[in-house]
Amino acid sequence: MTRRARFVLFLVAAAAVALLFVAAFVRLPPFGGDFHPYGDRAVRAAFAHRTANAVAAVNFDQRALDTLGEETILFSAVLGAVVLLRQIAGERRRPPRRARVSGAIRRLGVAMLPVALLTGLYVVAHGQITPGGGFQGGVVVATALHLLYVAADYGALERVRPLSLYEIGDATGEAAYVVTGVATVLAGSAFLANVLPWGTFGTLTSAGTVVVLNAAVGMEVACGVVVLLATFLDQAVEIEEPSHAPASGGTPDGSGGDAG
Amino acid sequence: MTDVLIAVALVLVAVTATAAVLNHEPLRQALVLSFLGLTLALLFALVQAPDVSLSQLAVGSALTPLMIVLTVRKVRRGTGDSTASETTGASDDQGTRGDRDAGDRDAGGGEERR
Amino acid sequence: MTLLPYLVAGWLFLIGVYGIVVSRDLIHTVGCLSVTQSSTYVLLLAVGYRDGGTAPVYADVPKDARVVDPVVQALTLTDVVVGATVTALLLALVIQLHKRHGTVDPDQLSALKG
Repeated sequence: MTRRARFVLFLVAAAAVALLFVAAFVRLPPFGGDFHPYGDRAVRAAFAHRTANAVAAVNFDQRALDTLGEETILFSAVLGAVVLLRQIAGERRRPPRRARVSGAIRRLGVAMLPVALLTGLYVVAHGQITPGGGFQGGVVVATALHLLYVAADYGALERVRPLSLYEIGDATGEAAYVVTGVATVLAGSAFLANVLPWGTFGTLTSAGTVVVLNAAVGMEVACGVVVLLATFLDQAVEIEEPSHAPASGGTPDGSGGDAG
Repeated sequence: MTDVLIAVALVLVAVTATAAVLNHEPLRQALVLSFLGLTLALLFALVQAPDVSLSQLAVGSALTPLMIVLTVRKVRRGTGDSTASETTGASDDQGTRGDRDAGDRDAGGGEERR
Repeated sequence: MTLLPYLVAGWLFLIGVYGIVVSRDLIHTVGCLSVTQSSTYVLLLAVGYRDGGTAPVYADVPKDARVVDPVVQALTLTDVVVGATVTALLLALVIQLHKRHGTVDPDQLSALKG
């Protein structure tokens, strides 16, 4: 299909979709309205299990099975990226060049690293009480580690980042979630039901299994994002293609088959 | 008052998103996407969704643009510098520039989180 | 005001798909896809907003406070994280595609033409 034909087809489809959108939007409950049947029930259910953060209650208690699915998506995506971007035959690994970084940036980076790391862990740990939790805190922890890349260079980052440990951490996080689910079944309840004691409303140990699942997700997200960024950084910084890479605009040649 | 703020944030989101789509140069698009992540985080905070706002701040303004920048660096390094040199300058110091580019984005994310 | 958030969500979707259709660079395509995805965030949170409501976090507000809908916020949170992983996987595919075919222009990928 030519570009022009594709564009015309898009315009027709977009006009139709826009019409359908407007027709649907005028029938939606008005923005800011008072009719939230699911929300009201979710809040009552959160109170019943003494979870102060209703969003965490929905994610890790009422919809815990959905979150398992989401975690599996994350896990598979990281796995897929690692497999796709592995070092293949013919590619060389070139040690990264040392980068010169000004003293001010280096000091700021070294000073901010523990602060950012601690903030991330705090956000994970308080997920059931305040806004935050495993997803948000995990990403903060993972990106905090990469402050080292900014403050020093890629070599320094690699020394504090034993990748196999993070790969194990990623798998452990996913496994811990499933094991918690199996444990609740063995305890005589449904898969991923909240069977632990609920504790006192608004404290760190409140909300039962929400704490456990939240920690598992935090671990998986932090390790998964580190592994993900590492595969991209490896490709961008270290791994070099065979010296005679296909030239720009080249056609697919026989070399395509050697990796498959 | 809140309604006005929400309306302003919504318009900001729409404008930034349009700019992100119309920017055909991937490196510049990554920068605009980073701004889009920020405006979305602002909007989410205004509609009382702090959980989502935090997540969007970390993912949308730091992680996604960083991955795009790293991909651009990888793809540009492998082949024809004809497209790369017209946007990122001389091809021999392209490596260090790409490095710093990625780093800058990460530093930006780090600051936004605090 | 009652329609603006929904219209912005619709606009984000359409402009993102427009970017995907006219894109000449697969990295740019992935960026446009993330714009398209942000329309779902805006739509979900708009559906759950309640005038004068506060965030559904009861650590420091009375239990009978007027709050916005926590269910859509949990859905959006899931959406943001899944969006980031999908972006990562697609970018990995783009790098792989570039290794095999030496181009990221979808129109030059003759192997894909049917």
